[in-house]
Amino acid sequence: MTGRKAGLISCHTCHLICPCPDLPSPEFHQCPRCGTRLRVRKTNSIPRCWALVLASFILYLPANLVPITTTTVLGRPSKSDTIMSGVIYFLDSGSWYIALIIFIASVVVPLMKLFILTFLLTSLHFGWDWLPLERTRLFRLTELVGRWSMVDIYVVTILVALVRFGAFANIEAGPGAAYFAALVILTMFAAESFDPRLIWDRMEDHNA
Amino acid sequence: MNSIIACHDCDLLLTLPELEMGVVAECPRCGAFLRRTQFNSLNRTLGWVSAGLVLYVIAVSFPFLSMTTKGISKTTALTSGIVVLYQQNMAGMGAVVLVTCLLAPLFSMLSLLYVLAPLRLGYRFPWAAQLFAWYLRLRPWSMMEVYMLGILISMVKLTKMALVIPGPSFYSFIGLIFVLAASSVSLDPHLVWSKLAKAHRVHQEWYPLFRFTHEKS
Ligand SMILES: [Zn+2]
Repeated sequence: MTGRKAGLISCHTCHLICPCPDLPSPEFHQCPRCGTRLRVRKTNSIPRCWALVLASFILYLPANLVPITTTTVLGRPSKSDTIMSGVIYFLDSGSWYIALIIFIASVVVPLMKLFILTFLLTSLHFGWDWLPLERTRLFRLTELVGRWSMVDIYVVTILVALVRFGAFANIEAGPGAAYFAALVILTMFAAESFDPRLIWDRMEDHNA
Repeated sequence: MNSIIACHDCDLLLTLPELEMGVVAECPRCGAFLRRTQFNSLNRTLGWVSAGLVLYVIAVSFPFLSMTTKGISKTTALTSGIVVLYQQNMAGMGAVVLVTCLLAPLFSMLSLLYVLAPLRLGYRFPWAAQLFAWYLRLRPWSMMEVYMLGILISMVKLTKMALVIPGPSFYSFIGLIFVLAASSVSLDPHLVWSKLAKAHRVHQEWYPLFRFTHEKS
Protein backbone atom coordinates (compact mmCIF):
# COMPACT_ATOMS: atom_id res chain seq x y z
CA MET A 1 0.00 0.00 0.00
CA THR A 2 1.37 3.40 -0.88
CA GLY A 3 0.54 6.84 0.49
CA ARG A 4 -0.87 7.94 -2.86
CA LYS A 5 -3.33 5.02 -3.01
CA ALA A 6 -4.39 5.49 0.60
CA GLY A 7 -5.09 9.18 -0.08
CA LEU A 8 -2.26 10.30 2.20
CA ILE A 9 0.50 12.82 1.58
CA SER A 10 3.86 12.53 3.24
CA CYS A 11 5.23 16.02 3.95
CA HIS A 12 8.35 16.48 1.86
CA THR A 13 10.30 18.16 4.66
CA CYS A 14 9.19 16.60 7.94
CA HIS A 15 7.59 13.35 6.68
CA LEU A 16 4.35 13.88 8.58
CA ILE A 17 1.48 11.87 7.11
CA CYS A 18 -1.42 14.15 6.19
CA PRO A 19 -4.79 13.32 4.63
CA CYS A 20 -4.97 14.32 0.97
CA PRO A 21 -6.73 17.70 0.85
CA ASP A 22 -9.79 17.72 -1.41
CA LEU A 23 -10.19 21.46 -1.06
CA PRO A 24 -10.76 23.72 -4.06
CA SER A 25 -7.11 24.76 -4.13
CA PRO A 26 -4.88 21.96 -2.84
CA GLU A 27 -1.78 23.94 -3.93
CA PHE A 28 -2.15 26.14 -0.90
CA HIS A 29 -2.50 23.35 1.61
CA GLN A 30 0.33 23.45 4.11
CA CYS A 31 1.80 20.81 6.40
CA PRO A 32 0.39 21.53 9.87
CA ARG A 33 3.71 20.65 11.49
CA CYS A 34 6.38 22.48 9.45
CA GLY A 35 4.51 24.72 7.01
CA THR A 36 5.80 23.09 3.81
CA ARG A 37 3.35 23.12 0.92
CA LEU A 38 1.80 19.64 0.65
CA ARG A 39 2.08 17.84 -2.67
CA VAL A 40 1.42 14.21 -3.50
CA ARG A 41 4.43 14.29 -5.86
CA LYS A 42 6.94 17.04 -6.57
CA THR A 43 5.30 19.63 -8.85
CA ASN A 44 6.12 19.22 -12.56
CA SER A 45 8.95 16.92 -11.59
CA ILE A 46 9.57 15.46 -15.05
CA PRO A 47 9.48 18.62 -17.24
CA ARG A 48 11.41 20.61 -14.66
CA CYS A 49 14.09 17.93 -14.40
CA TRP A 50 14.35 17.63 -18.21
CA ALA A 51 14.81 21.39 -18.55
CA LEU A 52 17.55 21.49 -15.92
CA VAL A 53 19.31 18.44 -17.39
CA LEU A 54 19.30 19.94 -20.91
CA ALA A 55 20.56 23.29 -19.63
CA SER A 56 23.34 21.48 -17.75
CA PHE A 57 24.38 19.51 -20.85
CA ILE A 58 24.70 22.81 -22.73
CA LEU A 59 26.72 24.37 -19.88
CA TYR A 60 28.98 21.34 -19.67
CA LEU A 61 30.87 22.35 -22.83
CA PRO A 62 31.93 25.91 -21.86
CA ALA A 63 32.52 24.77 -18.27
CA ASN A 64 35.15 22.32 -19.48
CA LEU A 65 36.57 24.21 -22.49
CA VAL A 66 36.74 27.85 -21.31
CA PRO A 67 39.71 28.73 -19.01
CA ILE A 68 38.91 28.67 -15.30
CA THR A 69 42.09 30.56 -14.31
CA THR A 70 44.55 32.88 -16.04
CA THR A 71 48.05 33.24 -14.60
CA THR A 72 49.83 36.56 -15.15
CA VAL A 73 53.60 36.69 -14.64
CA LEU A 74 55.39 40.09 -14.75
CA GLY A 75 52.28 41.82 -16.06
CA ARG A 76 51.81 39.45 -19.01
CA PRO A 77 49.23 36.65 -19.22
CA SER A 78 51.42 33.57 -19.25
CA LYS A 79 48.92 30.72 -19.33
CA SER A 80 45.24 29.89 -19.12
CA ASP A 81 44.06 26.73 -17.42
CA THR A 82 40.94 24.75 -18.17
CA ILE A 83 39.77 21.89 -15.96
CA MET A 84 41.54 19.35 -18.16
CA SER A 85 44.82 21.26 -18.27
CA GLY A 86 44.71 21.30 -14.45
CA VAL A 87 44.35 17.52 -14.46
CA ILE A 88 47.27 17.21 -16.92
CA TYR A 89 49.39 19.56 -14.77
CA PHE A 90 49.00 17.28 -11.75
CA LEU A 91 49.68 14.18 -13.87
CA ASP A 92 52.91 15.71 -15.21
CA SER A 93 54.07 16.84 -11.78
CA GLY A 94 53.68 13.34 -10.39
CA SER A 95 50.61 13.88 -8.18
CA TRP A 96 48.49 11.37 -10.07
CA TYR A 97 46.11 10.90 -7.12
CA ILE A 98 45.22 14.62 -7.13
CA ALA A 99 44.82 14.45 -10.91
CA LEU A 100 42.45 11.51 -10.42
CA ILE A 101 40.39 13.31 -7.73
CA ILE A 102 39.95 16.41 -9.91
CA PHE A 103 39.19 14.34 -13.00
CA ILE A 104 36.51 12.30 -11.22
CA ALA A 105 34.98 15.23 -9.31
CA SER A 106 34.94 17.76 -12.16
CA VAL A 107 34.69 15.76 -15.39
CA VAL A 108 33.21 12.34 -14.60
CA VAL A 109 30.73 13.14 -11.81
CA PRO A 110 28.74 15.93 -13.56
CA LEU A 111 28.55 13.94 -16.79
CA MET A 112 27.61 10.73 -14.98
CA LYS A 113 24.94 12.60 -13.05
CA LEU A 114 23.46 14.03 -16.24
CA PHE A 115 23.48 10.64 -17.99
CA ILE A 116 21.85 8.93 -15.01
CA LEU A 117 19.10 11.56 -14.82
CA THR A 118 18.55 11.35 -18.60
CA PHE A 119 18.29 7.57 -18.31
CA LEU A 120 15.84 7.79 -15.38
CA LEU A 121 13.69 10.39 -17.16
CA THR A 122 13.67 8.27 -20.33
CA SER A 123 12.67 5.21 -18.33
CA LEU A 124 9.74 7.18 -16.87
CA HIS A 125 8.80 8.52 -20.29
CA PHE A 126 8.42 5.00 -21.71
CA GLY A 127 6.85 3.69 -18.51
CA TRP A 128 9.42 0.93 -18.00
CA ASP A 129 8.72 -1.08 -14.88
CA TRP A 130 11.87 -3.16 -14.53
CA LEU A 131 14.51 -2.83 -11.81
CA PRO A 132 12.84 -0.09 -9.73
CA LEU A 133 15.19 -0.79 -6.82
CA GLU A 134 18.33 -0.34 -8.94
CA ARG A 135 16.96 2.81 -10.55
CA THR A 136 16.16 4.28 -7.12
CA ARG A 137 19.73 3.47 -6.03
CA LEU A 138 21.11 5.22 -9.11
CA PHE A 139 19.11 8.30 -8.17
CA ARG A 140 20.46 8.22 -4.61
CA LEU A 141 23.97 8.01 -6.03
CA THR A 142 23.47 11.25 -8.01
CA GLU A 143 22.28 13.01 -4.86
CA LEU A 144 25.27 11.74 -2.88
CA VAL A 145 28.17 12.57 -5.20
CA GLY A 146 26.94 15.77 -6.88
CA ARG A 147 28.25 18.16 -4.23
CA TRP A 148 31.88 16.99 -4.68
CA SER A 149 31.96 18.57 -8.15
CA MET A 150 32.19 21.92 -6.40
CA VAL A 151 35.82 21.20 -5.47
CA ASP A 152 37.35 22.95 -8.48
CA ILE A 153 35.38 26.10 -7.75
CA TYR A 154 36.92 26.17 -4.29
CA VAL A 155 40.43 25.52 -5.64
CA VAL A 156 40.02 28.57 -7.90
CA THR A 157 38.73 30.66 -4.97
CA ILE A 158 41.77 29.77 -2.85
CA LEU A 159 44.25 30.29 -5.69
CA VAL A 160 42.98 33.77 -6.59
CA ALA A 161 43.13 34.77 -2.91
CA LEU A 162 46.68 33.51 -2.34
CA VAL A 163 48.49 34.20 -5.61
CA ARG A 164 48.29 37.99 -5.68
CA PHE A 165 51.80 39.34 -5.89
CA GLY A 166 51.04 42.50 -7.83
CA ALA A 167 53.30 42.91 -10.87
CA PHE A 168 55.20 39.72 -10.10
CA ALA A 169 52.55 37.00 -10.34
CA ASN A 170 48.77 36.93 -10.29
CA ILE A 171 46.01 34.37 -10.80
CA GLU A 172 42.63 35.55 -12.06
CA ALA A 173 39.42 33.55 -12.25
CA GLY A 174 38.25 32.95 -15.82
CA PRO A 175 34.68 32.76 -17.16
CA GLY A 176 34.94 28.95 -17.28
CA ALA A 177 34.79 28.91 -13.49
CA ALA A 178 31.47 30.76 -13.54
CA TYR A 179 30.08 28.32 -16.13
CA PHE A 180 31.29 25.46 -14.00
CA ALA A 181 29.69 26.82 -10.80
CA ALA A 182 26.43 27.28 -12.71
CA LEU A 183 26.70 23.71 -14.02
CA VAL A 184 27.12 22.20 -10.56
CA ILE A 185 24.22 24.21 -9.16
CA LEU A 186 21.92 23.33 -12.07
CA THR A 187 22.70 19.60 -11.72
CA MET A 188 21.99 19.82 -7.98
CA PHE A 189 18.63 21.45 -8.70
CA ALA A 190 17.97 18.83 -11.37
CA ALA A 191 18.53 15.98 -8.91
CA GLU A 192 16.39 17.80 -6.34
CA SER A 193 13.50 18.19 -8.78
CA PHE A 194 13.46 14.50 -9.67
CA ASP A 195 10.89 12.48 -7.72
CA PRO A 196 12.00 8.82 -7.27
CA ARG A 197 8.46 7.86 -6.22
CA LEU A 198 7.43 8.21 -9.86
CA ILE A 199 9.56 5.12 -10.63
CA TRP A 200 7.41 3.08 -8.24
CA ASP A 201 4.13 4.70 -9.36
CA ARG A 202 4.67 3.47 -12.96
CA MET A 203 5.34 -0.03 -11.67
CA GLU A 204 2.17 -0.09 -9.60
CA ASP A 205 0.05 1.33 -12.41
CA HIS A 206 1.26 -1.55 -14.57
CA ASN A 207 0.48 -4.17 -11.93
CA ALA A 208 -2.96 -2.77 -11.22
CA MET B 1 5.00 4.38 20.23
CA ASN B 2 4.56 3.33 16.60
CA SER B 3 4.22 5.99 13.97
CA ILE B 4 2.94 5.70 10.42
CA ILE B 5 5.15 7.14 7.70
CA ALA B 6 5.41 6.88 3.94
CA CYS B 7 8.85 6.13 2.49
CA HIS B 8 10.20 9.37 0.96
CA ASP B 9 11.73 7.49 -1.98
CA CYS B 10 8.97 4.99 -2.90
CA ASP B 11 5.86 6.15 -0.98
CA LEU B 12 5.34 2.76 0.72
CA LEU B 13 3.21 3.12 3.86
CA LEU B 14 5.05 1.79 6.90
CA THR B 15 4.63 1.61 10.64
CA LEU B 16 7.87 2.78 12.19
CA PRO B 17 8.18 1.00 15.54
CA GLU B 18 9.93 2.45 18.57
CA LEU B 19 13.55 1.70 17.72
CA GLU B 20 16.34 0.67 20.01
CA MET B 21 19.24 3.12 20.32
CA GLY B 22 21.51 3.24 17.28
CA VAL B 23 19.32 0.94 15.17
CA VAL B 24 18.89 2.03 11.56
CA ALA B 25 15.43 1.77 9.99
CA GLU B 26 15.39 1.21 6.25
CA CYS B 27 12.51 0.93 3.80
CA PRO B 28 11.89 -2.80 3.12
CA ARG B 29 10.99 -2.09 -0.50
CA CYS B 30 13.58 0.41 -1.73
CA GLY B 31 16.20 0.46 1.03
CA ALA B 32 15.82 4.19 1.74
CA PHE B 33 17.29 5.39 5.02
CA LEU B 34 14.34 6.22 7.28
CA ARG B 35 15.62 6.82 10.76
CA ARG B 36 18.43 6.15 13.20
CA THR B 37 17.78 6.75 16.88
CA GLN B 38 20.56 8.42 18.81
CA PHE B 39 21.54 8.14 22.41
CA ASN B 40 20.99 11.53 24.12
CA SER B 41 20.42 13.14 20.72
CA LEU B 42 19.41 16.67 21.77
CA ASN B 43 22.22 17.23 24.26
CA ARG B 44 24.89 15.81 22.01
CA THR B 45 23.76 17.84 19.01
CA LEU B 46 23.64 21.00 21.13
CA GLY B 47 27.16 20.32 22.39
CA TRP B 48 28.53 19.89 18.88
CA VAL B 49 26.71 22.99 17.65
CA SER B 50 28.09 25.17 20.47
CA ALA B 51 31.61 23.91 19.78
CA GLY B 52 31.02 24.55 16.08
CA LEU B 53 30.01 28.18 16.67
CA VAL B 54 33.22 28.85 18.63
CA LEU B 55 35.33 27.26 15.89
CA TYR B 56 33.39 29.23 13.26
CA VAL B 57 34.19 32.55 14.94
CA ILE B 58 37.89 31.62 15.09
CA ALA B 59 37.82 30.39 11.47
CA VAL B 60 36.44 33.65 10.06
CA SER B 61 38.43 36.08 12.22
CA PHE B 62 42.02 34.76 12.12
CA PRO B 63 44.55 34.34 9.27
CA PHE B 64 43.79 31.31 7.16
CA LEU B 65 46.84 30.62 4.97
CA SER B 66 50.11 32.49 4.44
CA MET B 67 52.24 32.09 1.37
CA THR B 68 55.86 33.16 0.96
CA THR B 69 57.70 33.19 -2.34
CA LYS B 70 60.88 35.04 -3.37
CA GLY B 71 60.83 37.12 -0.20
CA ILE B 72 57.24 38.38 -0.61
CA SER B 73 54.65 37.02 1.75
CA LYS B 74 50.88 37.14 1.60
CA THR B 75 48.36 36.31 4.32
CA THR B 76 44.74 35.53 3.54
CA ALA B 77 41.58 35.09 5.57
CA LEU B 78 38.86 32.55 4.88
CA THR B 79 36.79 35.28 3.24
CA SER B 80 39.58 36.76 1.05
CA GLY B 81 38.80 34.54 -1.93
CA ILE B 82 35.22 35.78 -2.04
CA VAL B 83 36.34 39.44 -1.95
CA VAL B 84 38.92 38.85 -4.69
CA LEU B 85 36.34 37.09 -6.88
CA TYR B 86 34.06 40.10 -6.45
CA GLN B 87 36.89 42.46 -7.48
CA GLN B 88 37.54 40.33 -10.57
CA ASN B 89 33.90 40.72 -11.71
CA MET B 90 32.98 37.18 -10.65
CA ALA B 91 30.43 38.25 -8.05
CA GLY B 92 28.06 35.39 -8.89
CA MET B 93 30.69 32.76 -8.27
CA GLY B 94 31.77 34.58 -5.11
CA ALA B 95 28.16 34.46 -3.92
CA VAL B 96 28.04 30.69 -4.51
CA VAL B 97 31.17 30.21 -2.38
CA LEU B 98 29.84 32.61 0.27
CA VAL B 99 26.53 30.74 0.58
CA THR B 100 27.86 27.18 0.46
CA CYS B 101 30.90 27.63 2.73
CA LEU B 102 30.02 30.43 5.13
CA LEU B 103 26.31 31.32 5.26
CA ALA B 104 24.73 27.85 5.02
CA PRO B 105 26.89 26.35 7.82
CA LEU B 106 26.31 29.41 10.02
CA PHE B 107 22.57 29.30 9.40
CA SER B 108 22.43 25.59 10.20
CA MET B 109 24.25 26.03 13.51
CA LEU B 110 22.23 29.08 14.59
CA SER B 111 18.91 27.52 13.65
CA LEU B 112 19.74 24.29 15.49
CA LEU B 113 20.70 26.29 18.57
CA TYR B 114 17.46 28.30 18.41
CA VAL B 115 15.31 25.19 17.98
CA LEU B 116 17.05 22.66 20.21
CA ALA B 117 18.13 24.71 23.24
CA PRO B 118 14.56 25.64 24.32
CA LEU B 119 13.29 22.22 23.22
CA ARG B 120 15.61 20.53 25.71
CA LEU B 121 13.63 22.29 28.46
CA GLY B 122 10.31 21.51 26.78
CA TYR B 123 9.74 24.90 25.19
CA ARG B 124 9.26 25.98 21.63
CA PHE B 125 10.19 29.45 20.40
CA PRO B 126 8.19 31.21 17.66
CA TRP B 127 8.96 29.94 14.13
CA ALA B 128 10.96 27.02 15.54
CA ALA B 129 9.23 24.47 13.28
CA GLN B 130 9.66 26.60 10.15
CA LEU B 131 13.31 27.22 11.00
CA PHE B 132 13.95 23.52 11.51
CA ALA B 133 12.24 22.79 8.18
CA TRP B 134 14.60 25.29 6.51
CA TYR B 135 17.55 23.67 8.23
CA LEU B 136 16.58 20.30 6.73
CA ARG B 137 16.03 21.81 3.29
CA LEU B 138 19.34 23.70 3.22
CA ARG B 139 21.43 20.80 4.49
CA PRO B 140 22.69 19.72 1.02
CA TRP B 141 23.93 23.28 0.33
CA SER B 142 26.39 23.37 3.19
CA MET B 143 29.61 22.14 1.58
CA MET B 144 32.45 22.78 3.98
CA GLU B 145 33.91 19.30 3.59
CA VAL B 146 34.19 19.84 -0.17
CA TYR B 147 35.94 23.16 0.53
CA MET B 148 38.41 21.25 2.70
CA LEU B 149 39.30 18.99 -0.23
CA GLY B 150 39.75 22.14 -2.35
CA ILE B 151 42.17 23.54 0.25
CA LEU B 152 44.23 20.35 0.23
CA ILE B 153 44.42 20.32 -3.58
CA SER B 154 45.46 23.98 -3.81
CA MET B 155 48.09 23.44 -1.11
CA VAL B 156 49.61 20.60 -3.14
CA LYS B 157 49.61 22.89 -6.16
CA LEU B 158 51.17 25.86 -4.35
CA THR B 159 53.83 24.09 -2.27
CA LYS B 160 55.61 23.40 -5.56
CA MET B 161 56.24 27.11 -6.07
CA ALA B 162 56.06 28.67 -2.62
CA LEU B 163 56.00 28.04 1.10
CA VAL B 164 52.43 27.74 2.43
CA ILE B 165 51.87 28.14 6.17
CA PRO B 166 48.46 27.35 7.71
CA GLY B 167 47.14 29.88 10.24
CA PRO B 168 44.89 29.36 13.31
CA SER B 169 41.80 29.72 11.13
CA PHE B 170 42.96 26.74 9.05
CA TYR B 171 43.05 24.38 12.04
CA SER B 172 39.73 25.54 13.46
CA PHE B 173 38.21 25.13 10.00
CA ILE B 174 39.32 21.48 9.90
CA GLY B 175 37.88 21.01 13.39
CA LEU B 176 34.65 22.70 12.32
CA ILE B 177 34.12 20.22 9.48
CA PHE B 178 34.29 17.27 11.87
CA VAL B 179 32.12 19.02 14.46
CA LEU B 180 29.47 19.84 11.84
CA ALA B 181 29.48 16.24 10.62
CA ALA B 182 29.11 15.02 14.21
CA SER B 183 26.23 17.42 14.87
CA SER B 184 24.33 16.24 11.82
CA VAL B 185 24.93 12.56 12.67
CA SER B 186 23.79 12.95 16.28
CA LEU B 187 20.64 14.81 15.23
CA ASP B 188 17.45 12.73 15.01
CA PRO B 189 14.88 14.81 13.07
CA HIS B 190 12.02 12.43 13.97
CA LEU B 191 12.68 13.05 17.65
CA VAL B 192 12.83 16.81 17.12
CA TRP B 193 9.49 16.85 15.30
CA SER B 194 7.74 14.76 17.93
CA LYS B 195 9.19 16.91 20.71
CA LEU B 196 8.23 20.11 18.89
CA ALA B 197 4.64 18.85 18.72
CA LYS B 198 4.54 18.32 22.50
CA ALA B 199 6.54 21.40 23.57
CA HIS B 200 5.00 24.43 25.28
CA ARG B 201 4.75 27.38 22.96
CA VAL B 202 6.51 30.49 24.16
CA HIS B 203 4.09 33.34 23.67
CA GLN B 204 4.88 36.91 22.89
CA GLU B 205 3.82 38.18 26.32
CA TRP B 206 6.58 36.04 27.83
CA TYR B 207 9.26 37.27 25.51
CA PRO B 208 8.79 40.92 24.49
CA LEU B 209 11.50 40.31 21.89
CA PHE B 210 9.18 38.17 19.81
CA ARG B 211 6.21 40.51 19.86
CA PHE B 212 6.01 40.45 16.05
CA THR B 213 4.75 36.85 16.03
CA HIS B 214 1.10 35.94 16.14
CA GLU B 215 0.77 32.46 17.55
CA LYS B 216 -2.52 30.69 17.86
CA SER B 217 -2.65 28.65 21.01
ZN1 LIG C 1 10.99 3.08 0.18
